[in-house]
Amino acid sequence: MNSATRPIVKFRSRGFDLPSFVFSGLTGLATFLIIAILLIILGNVIYIGGSSLSWRFVTGGTQSDMFDVNKAGILPMIIGTTARVLLMTLFVMPIGVITALYLTEYAPATSRLTRIIRGAINNLASVPSIVFGLFGLGFFINFLGRNVDGLFNGADTIWGKPALIWASLTLAVMTLPVVVVATEESLRAIPQGLREASLALGATKLQTILQIVLPQALPGILTGAILAISRAAGEVAPILFTGAAYYMAELPHSLSDQFMDLGYHVFILSTQSPDIEKTRPILYATVLVLLLLTIALNIVAILVRARMRKTLRMLQ
Amino acid sequence: MTETIQSRHIPASPEPDEAFPVIIRARDLCLHYGQSQALKSIGIDIRKNVVTAFIGPSGCGKSTLLRCLNRMNDLIDSVRITGLVEINGEDIYSPEVDLIELRRQVGMVFQRSNPFPKSIYENIAYALRLHGTRAKTELDEVIERSLRQAALWDEVKDRLHTSALGLSGGQQQRLCIARAIAIRPEIILMDEPASALDPLATARIEELILELKQQFTIVIVTHNMQQATRISDETAFFYLGNLVEFDKTSKIFTNPTNKQTEDYVTGRFG
Amino acid sequence: MGLKRGHRANPFEWIVERAIFLIATSAILMVFLIFLFVAREALPVFLGQTNSSLVQEVLPVAKMDTLSPAELQKYLGLTPKQFRELDRDAIQALMEVKLEGASELTKDKDAAVNTTQWRYMLLPHQWSDYDHPVFIWQPVSQIHKYNIIPLAIGSLKLTLVALLFSVPIALGAAIYVSQLAGNRARELLKPAIELLAGIPSVVLGFFSLIVLASFFQNLLGYQVRLNSFVAGIALGLAVIPVVFSIAEDALSSVPRSYTQAALALGSSRWQTAWQIVLPAALPGVFAAVVLGFGRAIGETMVVLMASGNASIVSWNIFDSTRSVTATIAAELAETVFGGHHYRILFMLGTLLFAVTFLSNLAANRIIRGLKSKMEGKR
Repeated sequence: MNSATRPIVKFRSRGFDLPSFVFSGLTGLATFLIIAILLIILGNVIYIGGSSLSWRFVTGGTQSDMFDVNKAGILPMIIGTTARVLLMTLFVMPIGVITALYLTEYAPATSRLTRIIRGAINNLASVPSIVFGLFGLGFFINFLGRNVDGLFNGADTIWGKPALIWASLTLAVMTLPVVVVATEESLRAIPQGLREASLALGATKLQTILQIVLPQALPGILTGAILAISRAAGEVAPILFTGAAYYMAELPHSLSDQFMDLGYHVFILSTQSPDIEKTRPILYATVLVLLLLTIALNIVAILVRARMRKTLRMLQ
Repeated sequence: MTETIQSRHIPASPEPDEAFPVIIRARDLCLHYGQSQALKSIGIDIRKNVVTAFIGPSGCGKSTLLRCLNRMNDLIDSVRITGLVEINGEDIYSPEVDLIELRRQVGMVFQRSNPFPKSIYENIAYALRLHGTRAKTELDEVIERSLRQAALWDEVKDRLHTSALGLSGGQQQRLCIARAIAIRPEIILMDEPASALDPLATARIEELILELKQQFTIVIVTHNMQQATRISDETAFFYLGNLVEFDKTSKIFTNPTNKQTEDYVTGRFG
Repeated sequence: MGLKRGHRANPFEWIVERAIFLIATSAILMVFLIFLFVAREALPVFLGQTNSSLVQEVLPVAKMDTLSPAELQKYLGLTPKQFRELDRDAIQALMEVKLEGASELTKDKDAAVNTTQWRYMLLPHQWSDYDHPVFIWQPVSQIHKYNIIPLAIGSLKLTLVALLFSVPIALGAAIYVSQLAGNRARELLKPAIELLAGIPSVVLGFFSLIVLASFFQNLLGYQVRLNSFVAGIALGLAVIPVVFSIAEDALSSVPRSYTQAALALGSSRWQTAWQIVLPAALPGVFAAVVLGFGRAIGETMVVLMASGNASIVSWNIFDSTRSVTATIAAELAETVFGGHHYRILFMLGTLLFAVTFLSNLAANRIIRGLKSKMEGKR
């Protein structure tokens, strides 16, 4: 370009800017790659799993061979996973919500104890899932279970072995941070003005929390529950030694029974199958069911959270 | 630290007046946020059924002082308060004081309207239920009376059970006033109640304040000096945590004793 | 006017507040219990009280009558239940077998070794059928070999591959989403990427075992189908959302005033991102990588399913490998409760807990420092 013809001030783009192109290109590519991997995994499972998923498979039991493509069903696994996850929710929600309430409403922000509690929650979130499995075995089964048996059941082993309740409790410890973080986020988003308004009217702190704060935090608490369920539903490592069974002819009848599990079943079908080519359809169908469960829950959580942010924006 | 202003333990309060006895009395009131001192030995007498305005530049301590009067500062961890605040001769910082009872008797309206995300009716009913009113007929009656007093009844009577968040900013603030007066406090503290409102809504709030002063003692913090002259009877000027001058509003704005007050009210700083 | 009447001391409220406080501290209790009870099962290993040596004191069969039943049961290594089911002849037979076995074992110098001692767990040892010292993890064999170095190398190798693959991608995406993407794109991309975290690790393991392994084998033509490369990539998929979320958080917490100042001076979007935002958020990015490391080293199912699980010492990423986590998952179910194999697996768990605990502690320190720096400067 001839400098004589160049305008003095030029707002138009300088044309092709290589570094800018490379930088946006590379980072954009990384983003694209992640989304692509996600879509490939989902697509692969939905495409192959969808074609082999049948009503009979989802609602059938495993009376005979669980590797038999034409007869095997995964209803017992669906029931087992549902049971352990619901039971876990029962344990983790009260503790998680109350911990979050303490941290946002009561805890002095600068105290050492508050920092330690936060650190502990943070730390729980990063403990490897297999270590939770060891913990469940070492604490719930070998310590609690065996001692309960020793006190009440004499020589019989009822609680001192892998069981539904121990798997649920182990998962409850594992998902505690998920619930605390989600609940805390929603509690913090509630404008301080609402609390002050209530207190200035002469409400006690507890009245304010129960009647003004908690109803507002409900969507956040719900998000926490959904995320915890979705996280726990897919976990296998923590239940390997605490409750999951390779095969059971019957459904679990009591909290001290073992159970079959969707995620563990995926593991079994992928690694223990006598003929992986032949059992591929039921493997894919099982994965599809598990993915639908966890991903659907995740998407619901994302939507609930987005809605909550919107209504909170209205409040502020 | 050089202090240009001598803090006074007992301020040059306006002439005593038999008709308006002193209801709030503060002496040597100091407040620290952690290391920094926000109120420096404040002494002030606020009188019954009078509108008292607190004015001063941002950060002068006027809102902080207001929040000392119903102990809302207790909510902040790092706050340390010394000195005396008496309401009707009772020390409100005495350990025997029931905080709930204090706040019932000393109501507050905040800078940003803060209706609860409930219906208009429930907003007021919440306050009433806190203090033991449960009967439906009584609730209905008091809610209507409070909304009328807050000059909001005609606008909302047909939609009492819709969300309070659907009201305009000015209406929300009047609802907060209705909520505060529903539990019949003696004193109402107002922290810049109109600062977030448009001029029209502000005018309505100001009218309301003038009506309410028949029944309530009102202490109002304001940034707006015209507003102070329009609605208040007595005005206190604060600067850097000190009470600089406290007198009849007309005196403060026309003939202040203190140079600093004069500079502020004539708009030379602030 | 009576400020003193009414509901001053409300015992109910006081009790509730205490209860809330106690429950809130349960998180601390949990971390403590996890460490305590995992370490408790491993304690005999740490204290050197386990003994896997096959050469143990043997007693003549005649001793059978002088020993108490409890001593006898212990000597034969039986559970009380098993012991009760045996009759006299069976016990005698067992004692004879034990005696004979011992006379053969004394010829084998390996049999005398207590493999649960630290030097055998950490240092190479020259077993009699090897011509040089080696690291071997071979818990289910005549001589229980518990050298943890192959597992540690396996875990580190897998983690390294996972981080090399995931960190550049996750950081690139974090920069793109937080700095370059428009608002609408960001609101779609962020949850979409975080959805990857919603895929259970057993599904990632399945995917790498069934799909990725064959895909890469066809593409690269290596020998062993399941190896550290495949498992590392799959592990990377689990690490990406962790690194992404934290790095994205750190990058978007850089005050807007920084970027606006830079843009106002005429620097382009990428220059601002590269020269202003990234350096300011660097500690957070580093913390993201540290937490990604913790996630990778602790992941179980992906590794168990895709790495091939051969415990060999090799830095070749196309060799099959075995991690600490996969070892625990695969072997614990088959161990004898309270035996040395069982205890050593718990010891591995304790070490794993310690490593993730420390990396988490470090990462949080960094993040807290960054946060206060950002807030201080705002």
